Amino acid sequence: MDNLVWIFISSLLVNNFVFSYFLGLCPFFGVSGRLETAVRLGMASTFVMLITAICTWFLNTYILIYAPYLRLISFIVVVASTVQFVEMAIKKFSPALFKALGIYLPLITTNCAILGFAIFATNRGYSLLEGIIFALGAGGGFTLALVLMAGLREENELSGIPQVVRGTAMSMIIAGILSLAFMGFSGLFSS
Amino acid sequence: MQSTSDEFLKGIWKENPVFVHVLGLCPMLAVTNSAINAIAMGLATFFVLVGSSTLVSLFRNLIPRQIRISCYIIIIATFVTVADYTLQALVPIVHKELGAFVPLIVVNCMILGRQEAFASKHSVGRAIADALGVAIGFILALFILGGLREILGSGSLFGISLFGPNFEPWVVMLLPPGGFIMLGLILLFFNWVKQKKDNLVEQLATKELTNG
Repeated sequence: MDNLVWIFISSLLVNNFVFSYFLGLCPFFGVSGRLETAVRLGMASTFVMLITAICTWFLNTYILIYAPYLRLISFIVVVASTVQFVEMAIKKFSPALFKALGIYLPLITTNCAILGFAIFATNRGYSLLEGIIFALGAGGGFTLALVLMAGLREENELSGIPQVVRGTAMSMIIAGILSLAFMGFSGLFSS
Repeated sequence: MQSTSDEFLKGIWKENPVFVHVLGLCPMLAVTNSAINAIAMGLATFFVLVGSSTLVSLFRNLIPRQIRISCYIIIIATFVTVADYTLQALVPIVHKELGAFVPLIVVNCMILGRQEAFASKHSVGRAIADALGVAIGFILALFILGGLREILGSGSLFGISLFGPNFEPWVVMLLPPGGFIMLGLILLFFNWVKQKKDNLVEQLATKELTNG
């Protein structure tokens, strides 16, 4: 039980995917313009991670022991098909959200956070339950990062920033400062 | 009509994948805490990009439109697997440091972007020229960022000490925040240069207008 809590907190805060592993930066800088879109994209990514966690665990346990060199290819196929599935579901149930996410929805396929998550879970040899908890933590951390960034950027749009700094350069430096703040969480487990 | 050499040159500076298009950030920031890691990552990406561009361009008339992205991803994943195993065999130490980030080349948006935007529409020769240019631009960007972070963060370059024992290393540069901030500063510099240039062009234009 302790172990599960540790995995969750660690992937949510201490080893946040965005701020300490640099995973999922493209949607992080691309979609974080508006708060609502950020929350939804974060949730979609978390869902994809969850499915990926279950699929990769089965792949690892039953198939990939016979053909380890197929690992990467089979993972990416799992991720791509899950994303396709999520895309269809969102298009059916919430066309407005589908429009708002735009190109970033199919791009979840190439979101390094998802594949990175699958690879980390495999390298650390997580069990099925641990993998699911890890998915929730990592997805939650990703959503948290997106939301924080979106909030800051909405504030930024209204303030008087020199023209040169506007855009990606500003977001990058804000991300750096947020990342510094998240480093503080590493003290949680020192004792 | 652009010539093949133009396709090659534009990727290096004018359309540099990292500094201008801000693509391929994840591996970019994660492995650039030393110049040697940056170069290894750059070479692996170079191999994957050139290889998959060649294949995609060769098969561009055979791949059906609806499933093209999946096809590209599988081609890229194959090359990445080759690169991963090769690095593991040749330079095990570097491979260990890069860790999960070698397999993650698959999801480097820059590579998929090149396939979709260029290789799937052009002949093999031009696709290779374009891939070479973009890949060299990427290596250059990785090297600049990795070099700067290593110099500031540990006072050395390629492991060779530069400033002697009295240098107080700026450790935060080696940690994740340093990556974000350093890339932010570099992008700032690029913006500044671009703005200067735009201003200059505007001034010249107004001057010509008043003279004419």
